[in-house]
Amino acid sequence: MANITVSPTRMELTRLKGKLRTAQRGHKLLKDKRDELMKQFLDTVREVRALRAEVEEDLMTVHKSFTVASALMSSEALEQALLYPKQSVELTMSFKNIMSVNVPVYDFQTKTKSDSDIYPYGFAATSGELDTAVDALGKVFQKMLKLAEIEKSAQLMAEEIEKTRRRVNALEYVMIPNTQESIRYITMKLDENDRATTTRLMKVKDMILKQALEEKREQTAEAIQAFSSSAETSEKA
Amino acid sequence: MAATYQIAVIGDWESVMGFRALGLDTYPVTSVEEAKEKVRELAKTDCAVIYLTEQLAKDMGDVLSRYKDELRPAIILIPGREGSLGIGRDNIQSAIERAVGADIL
Repeated sequence: MANITVSPTRMELTRLKGKLRTAQRGHKLLKDKRDELMKQFLDTVREVRALRAEVEEDLMTVHKSFTVASALMSSEALEQALLYPKQSVELTMSFKNIMSVNVPVYDFQTKTKSDSDIYPYGFAATSGELDTAVDALGKVFQKMLKLAEIEKSAQLMAEEIEKTRRRVNALEYVMIPNTQESIRYITMKLDENDRATTTRLMKVKDMILKQALEEKREQTAEAIQAFSSSAETSEKA
Repeated sequence: MAATYQIAVIGDWESVMGFRALGLDTYPVTSVEEAKEKVRELAKTDCAVIYLTEQLAKDMGDVLSRYKDELRPAIILIPGREGSLGIGRDNIQSAIERAVGADIL
């Protein structure tokens, strides 16, 4: 229910009307924001789902090849082979603004230029399976980075949508109806005051009229009396 | 705005060793506690993306939700050697539920 403790004055009414207008405009804007965010979010989520399935599948293949590689080599040799990386990756992160949500955009540079130059070991002591595995992983990595980007975007957007949705609902179901209720209350109270004033005035006018009428009547009566008594005295004379 | 950041991979040794060849920072861990500690530590440094194996992630809900709404780091779950547990997929699902209020896809 509305807050009835508002003081029913014209100033309060003007203030509330302004508040209602602002709330309604804010509500509309937030609703538009929510709808657009939702659209973008659903697109992103679809992309994430597809890409995640792909990455998971690819990673399983990679893990399989690593398993084969580790079966063919001793674990010490494997560890040694991968101990010191030749390749290094540098990630730059910038931001993209989707409907006031900052989402990250990742971009990475590798130190070595060619893709075939990533093996950090000599080929003599390692098995060919390891090469395959590392190579495959290098390919998956691009997808993984893309996945990181859009999955994080989806998470951040989900948070923003939740917030916006709450705001929209608070405005729609609490703030706006309450203000409207208060406005109605004040209008009714003011109208009631108006009517009270009118009736009072009418009543006062009535009373004044009645009084005037009475006075008039008395005067007339007196006049008649005076007239008749003067007639009597003239008759006697 | 664009600065350079690190990419980290946390998981059991077998799952992360391959990533080392790609030049990512790998942090082989053996227990969930260790992994949690590592994530907290990395979040304070210049680490933008953390890949975490699902096997560890399944017991790290508190740490994951702590960083979920932060811009950095993005913690992305990847299947470990033992296969996918579907947690990554469930996370997308819960994000949808959070945003829409119902599961619509």
